[in-house]
This record gives sequence, C-alpha cells and structure tokens, in this order.
Amino acid sequence: MKFAILVNEGPFNHQAADSAYRFARAALDKGHEVLRVFFYYDGVLNGNKHSAPPSDDRNIVARWSKLAADHSVDLAVCVAAGLRRGITEEVLAPGFRITGLGQLVESAIDADRTIVFGD
Amino acid sequence: MSDEPEAAVVKRFLYVNRKAPHGTVYALEVLEMVLIAAMFDQDVHVAFIDDGVYQVKKGQTPGALEMKDFSKTYRALEGYGVEKLFVEQESLTERGLTQDDLLVPAEVISRAQMATLMNSMDVVLSA
Repeated sequence: MKFAILVNEGPFNHQAADSAYRFARAALDKGHEVLRVFFYYDGVLNGNKHSAPPSDDRNIVARWSKLAADHSVDLAVCVAAGLRRGITEEVLAPGFRITGLGQLVESAIDADRTIVFGD
Repeated sequence: MSDEPEAAVVKRFLYVNRKAPHGTVYALEVLEMVLIAAMFDQDVHVAFIDDGVYQVKKGQTPGALEMKDFSKTYRALEGYGVEKLFVEQESLTERGLTQDDLLVPAEVISRAQMATLMNSMDVVLSA
C-alpha cells in the first residue's frame, strides 16, 4: 500500500512526531511504500538540524534523517509554516527539503491512504 | 491517439476543523490547506465540529489579541470553488449556538451524518 504521512506537531513537545516515525518505519518494514512525509504546523521543527537532545534521549531529527537515508523517504517541510517558525534551507537536517503545500495535496492524491499525526 | 489530456484524479477531501479559531494556530493553517487543495481542483469539503464551530461564528473581533480576523476568509471560500461546508448540530447545541450564529451558508448535519460524510471521503485531514 502507498502511504502519505502528515506530521502536525513538533518533536519532543508532542507524541505525534514519534508516532508518525514509528508508523513510517513499521510500514516500510512490512514492505509498504511511504510516498512522502509532509511536515506542517510545528511539525516543521522536526527538520531543525540544531535540535540537540540529551544523549540518553531519542534524537527525533536524526532518526528522520536516517529514515530518509535508508529508504529514500521524501521528507517535505512546508515553506510557509517553516518561514513562520524560522525553518529555512540553512537549518535543515539531512534528508529534509523545503516545499509547498501543493506537495501535500499531490501525495494525498497519489497515496492509497493519508495518515495524519497531530493534536 | 487522442490529444485529450489524461483525466486528472479528483479525490474527495475533507478538512475537519475541531479547534477554536484563536488560542492555537490550527484553524488558520487549515484554511491554507483548504485553499491549496481547491487550486488542485479537488472535491473539497470542510467540516466544523467541537470547538471548531466557533471558527464560523459571526461577530469575531480578534484584533485585541493582535490576531487577524481570518473569519472573513470562510466567506470567500466560495470564490475558490469551496462550497461544501458542514457544521455539526450537536456541537452547536452543546455551545448554545444555532445556524443563525454562523457567518457562512453551511449545511448543519447531525453527528451521525458527519460520521457518514467522513466515511465517504478519500482523504480526511483534521486539526
């Protein structure tokens, strides 16, 4: 099955970022396809390379980057939501890219299921 | 060979608004998603449930909060081809509101009908 994933919450503040990651990982492990993970609202903060959690905590941003490296998952950060929150090209972690909301609609059209993680 | 362009995929999108217009950014940024989906010529539906019904309540003056009064945008949705607006009856009643309090022409439907509506969609995005 082809999935599109929407992440609406920032890392650490809300479980949505963790759940979205675990869902994506589980789907890929089962042989499904993840067309795109789209980051909206505070979700754009998942792409901030300056995030530096304590070493005994999970590193949410690095985890996404590794997912992108391992499975070529497209990590798409909304430009408008990003600009509001200071997330621009210069601060993006590896594997993330800045794009428009149109790419969310496009992946929802192409996917069999669109799954939203948020409050 | 036909010169006709391949028929574009049109999916049924439902945007579900569950939160008050101010206090969090959710309502404002849902509007941005709705407008983009309309630009992609999708079959866009917008629903208001729970505190989301306050988003389409008349007489909002959020200026004192230094917030834009984006409630005007709901009235402009029609111009973008977004005309399918649904408000849940129970959510209105629970908050002492009626259809007369709404600033847009919307179809007021029951919670059970809302469930049926959601079930009929290809894509449901909520915030």
